[in-house]
Amino acid sequence: MQGIVKQFPGVLANDRVDFDLRPGEIHTLLGENGAGKTTLMNVLYGLYHPDAGEIRLRGRAVHFRSAFDAITHGLGMVHQHFMLVSPFTVADNMTLGQPSPRAPLLEHTRAVHRRISEISDRHGLRVDPSAVVWQLSVGEQQRVEILKALYRGAEVLILDEPTAVLTPQETDELLKILRTLAGQGKSIVFISHKLNEVMAASDRVTVLRDGRVVGSVPTKETNERTLAKMMVGRDVMLTVSKAPPKLGETCLKVEDLWVDSDRELPALRGLGLEVRAGEILGLAGVAGNGQTELEEAIVGLRHVKKGRILIDGRVVTNHTPRSIIDSGVGLIPSDRYGMGMLPDFSVAENLVLSTHGGPPYTRRGMLDRNAIRAHAEKLVRDFDVRTPSVDTGGGSLSGGNIQKMILARELSSRPKMLVAAQPTRGLDVSAIEFVHKQLLAQRDAGVAILLISTELDEVLSLSDRIAVIYEGQIAGTVNTAEADLHEIGLMMAGHKRAEARA
Amino acid sequence: MNTIPERRAARPIEIGKWLRPAAPALGVIAALIVGTGLLMLAKVDPVMAYGVMIKGAFGGPRQIQETILKAVPLVLVALGLSVALHGRQWNIGGEGQYFIGALFGTLVAVTFTNWPAILLIPATLLAAMVGGGLWAAIPAYLKVRRGMNEIISTLMLNYIGVLLVEYLVRGPLQDPESFLPESAQFVQAARMPAVVGRLHLGVLLALLLAPLVYLLIWRTPIGFRLRAVGSQSKVARTAGIDPAWSIAFALIFSGALSGLAGIIEVSYLHTRLKGASISGGYGFSGILVALISRLNPFAVLLVAVFFAALTIGMDAMHSLAKVPATLADALQALVVLFVLAAEAIARRGEQ
Repeated sequence: MQGIVKQFPGVLANDRVDFDLRPGEIHTLLGENGAGKTTLMNVLYGLYHPDAGEIRLRGRAVHFRSAFDAITHGLGMVHQHFMLVSPFTVADNMTLGQPSPRAPLLEHTRAVHRRISEISDRHGLRVDPSAVVWQLSVGEQQRVEILKALYRGAEVLILDEPTAVLTPQETDELLKILRTLAGQGKSIVFISHKLNEVMAASDRVTVLRDGRVVGSVPTKETNERTLAKMMVGRDVMLTVSKAPPKLGETCLKVEDLWVDSDRELPALRGLGLEVRAGEILGLAGVAGNGQTELEEAIVGLRHVKKGRILIDGRVVTNHTPRSIIDSGVGLIPSDRYGMGMLPDFSVAENLVLSTHGGPPYTRRGMLDRNAIRAHAEKLVRDFDVRTPSVDTGGGSLSGGNIQKMILARELSSRPKMLVAAQPTRGLDVSAIEFVHKQLLAQRDAGVAILLISTELDEVLSLSDRIAVIYEGQIAGTVNTAEADLHEIGLMMAGHKRAEARA
Repeated sequence: MNTIPERRAARPIEIGKWLRPAAPALGVIAALIVGTGLLMLAKVDPVMAYGVMIKGAFGGPRQIQETILKAVPLVLVALGLSVALHGRQWNIGGEGQYFIGALFGTLVAVTFTNWPAILLIPATLLAAMVGGGLWAAIPAYLKVRRGMNEIISTLMLNYIGVLLVEYLVRGPLQDPESFLPESAQFVQAARMPAVVGRLHLGVLLALLLAPLVYLLIWRTPIGFRLRAVGSQSKVARTAGIDPAWSIAFALIFSGALSGLAGIIEVSYLHTRLKGASISGGYGFSGILVALISRLNPFAVLLVAVFFAALTIGMDAMHSLAKVPATLADALQALVVLFVLAAEAIARRGEQ
C-alpha cells in the first residue's frame, strides 16, 4: 500500500500511509485508538475507498470495490466484532455466502465438515464443525472467524485487535496459531495496541500516529519503551507509583452472596468481601467466574437470592439501581456499550444519564440545556475527552474516549464507593494511564474502590489488597505487598489459599 | 455477537445527502408515474384523474378545510405514537384506543347533557383520554409485570375494543328512538365548537399538541428517560432509570391521544357513537404517519395532511372521474409503498 489517503468529515484518518507485507510474516500495526489503524485495514479490505494512493498485490495494482473483491483476491479479515451468525453451526457459517457446488441445494454437510477438518488439522485450529456458534466461547468464535477466512482461501489475514476480547490463556493460544499460519507462508496483519503482545507475536512493527506512519521496525531491534514512545509521541509511565493507603471505615460489605447467572445457574455461591474507604480491592480471576454477576448485583441490576450487600453499614440488597446510586455507588461497567453509554445520545446527554432528573439539570419540569452543556464542557475539558463537541453522538467516540466519558460521569457525582469493572479493557496505553491515575486519585481522596479485572498486571499494580474469585467464591485474599504471583495463579485456577500456600 | 453491516462502507456515501430530504416527494412522483400506467390500463385519462384528485383535496376553501379536518385524527394518533416509538414501544393498538376513547367520551357526553359547553367539552375530551389511556394501560401492565410483548397485546385489544363498541351501540347504548346501531345524539354543548369556518377546536388542539409533544420528547426529563429506555434499556437501568415507568408512560400517553382522536371525530362528524364507521382506520394509518415523519412532531402535521389529501383526492377521483374504487385504493397504497421505499433507500444511502 502506498500513499494511502483517507479523509472523513473533519478527520484525516490516513495521511499518505505506506505499508508493506511480506509472505510468511506477522506484521503488527501499532497505534493508539483513532490513529488510523482500522481505517487503513478497511481500505485494504475494500470496505473504504482511498481518496488517494494505490494498493499492489504481488506487484499488481488492484482496486477492491467491496470486501467481496478483497476476499476473491485472497484477503481475509477478522473484525473486532465477529461477523458470525450465532444460531448457525460452524459449518453453516463457513458456507454462508459461498456458491454451492450443488446449487440450488446446499452443499453436503459431510463434505463441508471434511474440508473444515482438513483446514483445522493443517493449521492447528481445533473447532467442532457441528457446534452452534452462540454456544462457543469468545476465543472459540474467534478461531471460527480465522477458519472462515482460511476456508475462503485467504493468503493474507487481517486481525483487528484480536486479543481485546481474550483471556491471557486464549491470547497465548491465538499467538501460537498465528505462528503456525505464518510458518506455512500466510501473511498476517495484527492490529494491536498492547505492547507485550506486539513484542511476543510479530516480526515487524509499523507504528501509526494521527494517521501517519511514525516508523516501521523489525521487532527484534526494538523494545516496549521505544514503541510506546513512538505510539504516543512522549515518554509513558508503564508502571504506576502510589502512596500507602489511608484506610477509613468499611464502605462496601458483601456477605454470603448467592446470585444466579442469566442461564439461571448459581454464579455467585456464598461470596463475601469487604472494601474500606481509601483502598483499592482488586478482584482477580479468569473471566466467567462470577465477576459480571457480582458487578451487577452490587449496583442493583441482578437479583440477590441470598446474602447481604451493605454500603456504609446500610443494607442495600435488592434495592433499585436508583437507590444504590443515591447511596453513593458509582459504576464503571465492564460492558461499556451495553451498560455504560447510549450511542445515539450526545456526549452532554450521556454525561447526565443518572443525574438529569434533579437540579441544576432539570428546573420546573424542563431540562436546562445550558446547564447540561456547561456541565459537559467542563467534564470534557477536565477528563480530556476527545470529541468534536459535546453535542456529538456518544457512539462516534473512540473506545478510550467513551471510557473517559463514563469515568467523568461517574466521578462527577462524587461517589463514596466505585465499582470499576474491566476499566481499561481494549484501551490504548495513554488511556490506560489516564484511567489508572484517576482511580488512584479517587482512592487517595478516600473513595472505596472495587477493581474487577481479568488483567492480572492491572490488579497487581493498582490494588492494595487482592481477592481472587473462582467459581463464585473468594478463593483467598492477600495484601499486594506480600502477593506471590504463583500463589495467585493457583487460586485463579481453583486452589484455596491454604492449598496454594502449601 | 454484534455485526457491522458491510454494505455500509461499500456504498458511495454521497447518495443520501440530497436524496434524504427529497425522498418522500420522489416517492410520490414515482408512485404517480406507476399509477399512470394503472389508470391507462383501466382506460381512464390520467391527466384528468390526477386533476380531479388534486382539486378534490385542495381545489378551494371547502376542500382545503375538509382535508385539514380529515388530518386531525391522524395527527393526534401519530403524535402519540411518536412519543411511544421514541421509547421503542410499538403500540399497534391505536384503533382500539380510538374506539374506547370515543366510548368514554360518549358516556360523559350523553350523561351530563345539562352541563354547559365550557364544562362538558373538556370533560368529554378528558374522559376520552382516560379511556384510550386505560385501554393502553392493559398492554402496559402486561409488559411491565408479565413481560408480554406489547405488539401482540395492543394488536389484539384492537378487536376487543372495536367489537365492544359495536356491541354497545346495538345494546345498552343504543338510541331508543333509532333503529340504527348508534347512541343518542350529542347535545350541542358536547360537540366540537367551530373556530374558523368549519375548522373546529380539534384542529386547534392538534396544532397545539405538536410543539408540546416536541418539548415533551426533547426538553423534559420524562422524554429523556423515554429516549434512554428506547435506545438501550439496560444502559438506562444501570443509570438508575426505571424502564417500567417509561414503558407505561409511552403506551398510556399514546393511548390517550388516540382516545382523544376518537372522541373529536365522533363529537364533530358523527355527533353520536356508532360502530366501525367512526374510524377510517386512523389507528393504523397513524402508525404510517408517525414512521414517515421519522417521529418528528412537526413533520407529523405535514405528513398527516398529505395522507388526508390522498384519501380525499382518491374519493373525488372515484366519484367524479369514475375511477373504480379498488383502483383508487391501489393508487393510495402505491403512494404509501413508494414513500416508504424512498425513505428506506435514502436512509441506507446516508449511512
